[in-house]
Formats: sequence, C-alpha cells, structure tokens
Amino acid sequence: MSVVSTSVATAGGEIISSRRSAGVWKQVAKRLRGDALGMASLVVVLAFVLLSLFVALGWVASGWSVESAVPYAPPDFLGPDTSPALKIEQPTGPMLDLSSVDPLAPHYADIDKRAKELATAAKPKLLTLPFGADRSGRDVLLKAIKGSEVSIFVGLAAAVVATALGTFLGALAGFFGGIVGDVLEWFYNVFTAVPGILLIFAFAAVLGRGIGTVVVILGLTGWTSVYRLLRAEYIKHSTREYVLAAQAIGTSRATRMFVHILPNVSHVILVQMSLNVVFFIKAEVILSFLGLGVPIDSVSWGTMLNEAQAELILGKWWQLVAATVFMAVFVTAFSVLTDALRDALDPKLR
Amino acid sequence: MVPTLIGVVLLVFFLFHFFGGDPAVIIAGQGANAKQVALIQQQLGLDKPWWVQLWIFVKEVVTLNWGRSWATNEEVSHIFATRLPATLTIMVPLTLLQVLLALPLGLGVAYVRGSLTDRAVMITTTVALSISFLVYVIIGQWLFGFELGWFPVQGWSQNTGYNLIRYAPLPVFLAVCVSLAPQTRLYRTFFLDEIGHDYVRTARAKGVSEKSVMLKHVLRNAMIPILTDLGTGLPSIFIGAFLLEVFFSIPGLGREVLLAVNRSDYPVIQAFTVYLAVLTMVVNLLTDIGYKLVDPRVVLK
Repeated sequence: MSVVSTSVATAGGEIISSRRSAGVWKQVAKRLRGDALGMASLVVVLAFVLLSLFVALGWVASGWSVESAVPYAPPDFLGPDTSPALKIEQPTGPMLDLSSVDPLAPHYADIDKRAKELATAAKPKLLTLPFGADRSGRDVLLKAIKGSEVSIFVGLAAAVVATALGTFLGALAGFFGGIVGDVLEWFYNVFTAVPGILLIFAFAAVLGRGIGTVVVILGLTGWTSVYRLLRAEYIKHSTREYVLAAQAIGTSRATRMFVHILPNVSHVILVQMSLNVVFFIKAEVILSFLGLGVPIDSVSWGTMLNEAQAELILGKWWQLVAATVFMAVFVTAFSVLTDALRDALDPKLR
Repeated sequence: MVPTLIGVVLLVFFLFHFFGGDPAVIIAGQGANAKQVALIQQQLGLDKPWWVQLWIFVKEVVTLNWGRSWATNEEVSHIFATRLPATLTIMVPLTLLQVLLALPLGLGVAYVRGSLTDRAVMITTTVALSISFLVYVIIGQWLFGFELGWFPVQGWSQNTGYNLIRYAPLPVFLAVCVSLAPQTRLYRTFFLDEIGHDYVRTARAKGVSEKSVMLKHVLRNAMIPILTDLGTGLPSIFIGAFLLEVFFSIPGLGREVLLAVNRSDYPVIQAFTVYLAVLTMVVNLLTDIGYKLVDPRVVLK
C-alpha cells in the first residue's frame, strides 16, 4: 500500500516537467488518476487504513469492549426493545436475620464501611445504541471498527510477509536456476501439493492462536503464488541486456537481483500483493469464525460473524449487517483498486 | 510425484515435531505428573532421537497405519472410512452442478460480451465475491432452514440416499449459489480467449453456424483451461466442504479435521494432510490424461 500512496502523493505534488519523460511510477499514477472508479476505491481503502491507524493509536473505538447498553439493545432507529422480557421476581418481605448464626456477624459494620469506600456508581445501561448492541451490551458499531483494524492489519501484514518471502525465494530460484532452482521448485511443489486451507489448519494446530500467529500462518502458507510469478520474471530478466551490462561493469549478484531487476518487476509484486490482501482478509475471517484466529479478548470481522450466527435466530440482525457491510465495502474497494492497479501497471497496455 | 510426496511427509513431520507442543503433555492432560508424561513419551517413542521418530512416521505413511486418534481412541483409518461418504455426498453433486451450470452460463455471457448483461454479471460478481462465504451460509441457513422451513436446518442420517434428498440439498444449493458467479466469470475469460482466435473468424467466414462455432469449436478448445481449473479446484473444494460441514453438522472429513485441530489431535491432522497431498497429485495426473481426451494434439510424456 505504501508504494501506491507515496507515488500518488508525489505525482500530485509536483508538476511533471514537459521535457524529461515521466518516470514509470508517475505514468502509473497518471493513468490511475484517469480511472475514476479506481480513484474512488483508493479513497475508500485509504480511509479504512487511516481508520485502522487511529484505532491502533487508541483515538477511535478504544471503548469497544465497554458494556454500555442492555444486552441486544436495538439500533436507535428501531427504538428500545418493547417485547415483554423475562422478569426475575424480586422477593418481598423483611430480610431474614441471620446474625445469630452468621460467623461474619461481628464484622457487618466493617464490611459496610469497606463496601462504601469501594462503591462504584453503576451507569444506567442504555436502551438503544446507534447501531445496536451485542449479547454483552457492547456497541456493535465500535466493534465493527475495532474488528476492521484487526482484520485489515492481519490482511496487510500477512500479505507483506508472504510477498517478501515469495519475492526473495522467487528471485533466488529464477536468478540462479540450477540446483538452487531445483530445490526451491521442489519446495514450491511440496507447499502446493497440500490444499491451502488444510496447510493453514496444520500450521494453526501447531502454532496456536493469536493475531501475530495468524499473520505468520498466512504468510508462511501464502507465498507460493508470488514465488511462481517472480521466478518466471527473474528467469526472463536475468538474461536481459541491462542486467548483462550491469554484470559487465562488475556489480555483485545481490545488486543485480535486488537493485537492478527488482524495480523492473515491482509491478508484478504490487498486483500480487493486493490480490493476497483480499485473500488473506477472507482467510482471517474464516479462521476467526472457526475459533482458530484472533484470541478471545479481541474482535475481528470473523468473530463478529461467529456471534451473529446465533443472534440471527433470535432476530438480532444488526451485528451480522455491521460486520458484513464493513467487510464488503473494504474488500470491494480493494478488489476494484487491484484491478485498476493492474490496468495501470500492465506493461502490455503501455 | 515421489519427491513431492517425500517433501510433504518431511514438512508434516518437521512442522509437528519442532513447532508442535509435546504430544505426551497433550495426551496426558492437565492433571498428569512428570512420571506419567515420561511414560507416555516412552510409549510413543518420543525419547528416541528424531531420525528414529522420522522412520516411525515414514513407516506409518507407507503402511497407512496411523494408529489411533489421541482424543477419541478411534482408529485413524476408521475415521477416514466412516467420514468420507458424508463429504462425497456433498461434494459430488456440488461439483457436478457447478460445472454443468457455469459452462452454459459462461459460454452465453462470453457470447454477449460487452453488453449490459455481460457488465451486470461482472459487477455483481465483484460485489458478491467481497462478501464472505460465511455470510451467505448464515443467512441461507436462517432463511431457508429456520424461517421458511423448506429444509432441515442441520442434521444427517445413516442412509446415503435419504441424506442426498433431505440433508444435502440446502448446503449444496447454497454453495452452488455462492460459487456460480465467480465460476461463470472465470469460464467467460476462457471462452473469450478462444473467441478471439483466428480459427473462429475463419469458421464464421466460411459460413459455419453460430451454434456450431460456439459448441464445437470454442467449447472444445476451451476445455483445456476448464479442465485445469477443475483439477486444481477439486482438492480445494474441501475448503467449502469444511465450512458447510461445520454449519450443517455433517459428519464429514472437513469437520473431523477441524475438531482434530481444536483438540490437538496430531495423528488425524497428519494423516489428512498426507492423504490430501496424494489426492492432489492423483487428480493432477488424471487432469493430464484428461487433456489427451479433449485435445488429441496433446502428447503425454
């Protein structure tokens, strides 16, 4: 993501000189700006990322876990729940005097005093919230925002891990070939022989739960698609004239691989990474839904959907809608952005 | 194939050996003392060096004798034999319906490319795909099973035929609905690739009917990428099956693996991973043979 946003920002800030031909990224930014749908999706994606950043900094939705309303408080526009709720009958009559048998009787005064010292004012529970509450009375809207932070972070971080791993291995395999290439190719075959979700399950079984763990699991299992493409690109580029010229002036292999070739294949990496983000977000949602993802004290779109399944039968639809809308908007915007990026970067159209 | 299989076995072994928790501690449970744990370690051969353990593992793979599940003490081979029919009852109708519906739809959409129908399908697909599969199943199960009562919400019986007409329709229907749009879009691109070729123009120029062009020329040539897609997708249909089985309480393989992951039941997960890798390779081989069937020009090495 950072690559996209910076290239757009610099291109927007500078006036492109008419004499010098514009750089590749400037051309890409220019083409992207001509794509209205692509720009709109970029704005949406950036808004979500910014929102996630604010949540991470604690500026927004930091009180998502506060049980501020009654359980299943409906959204404001529906008004408070008027259906006859189950009422627990309060016992009437005088309190039973147990002081003759109660061993704590001599301490009653002391207990009362201590209780007063620690008294907490119970806030009255709200009857409605802007978009309803979940089973424990937490604000669904805040949960969805907090969940966005977790899901988007997992998606982006896992995509970075997977792309870095896939790029590095693909570069090695494509550039060196020979035994290195054969070994990596074997490695690739092994990882693709097992269906992706099963590999994720196997990794989840041994690595346990947690946000960091999900990132590691998705990163370690999702590098294969990047590897495949990058290997092909490196095979193609390593015999190109500019690389041979670099070799002739005595640059090291590492320099040729990562300084000379890498910028020339970066468009492939970028598109593949954005495809991975969408895939990983969906995978995280499924993992969290199944209880293999984020820990219990956290919230993601997946855990919200998990709760929503039981709530829907009770007619409490708002959590399902909130999680679905947040996820659908972000994923649609990201998919459209990926398509726009691919169009802007496609060397065939250039 | 063999080197890859060796690789999968090594991957599974090292993953569980070096990153998984101590199996003896998992089996012994929370109330166990050090002596009991040591005893189980001895029983499982965990006190031996890793290459001896690897050899034990390889023997398990080759003889297909995975021992017993740690959680239920059921024979792992018995788990597979009894859970596979349920998975197949869902997967076979699902795959057939998917292909049989997506083929004509893809062909049709490709034929009217650029039209309003075509664009509508593309846009719907993008939006529809961004909503999690989970949401469709949650709503579908609630709507058709709970609210309307057309299907049982969940359940399974001993009789395959009865399962097929009573319990399988809702999960299969929902899965087909969700996968139809992306599948149609994919097939559309396959057909479009072919329609752009010269032989189609030639066929049209010499006056072959449109029906013949699409059904004989284009369809036959597009079968290669379609077959590849089917081949690569077949093992991963298990991802849909995992979720369907969880939602609809279907006692299939996917749900069993998920239970195993939750119980840290390593033998079941290991066996499933290796089996599915073998299945993937067999399917790949069958796909290659399938190429030969649909395209006589393909030469098998």
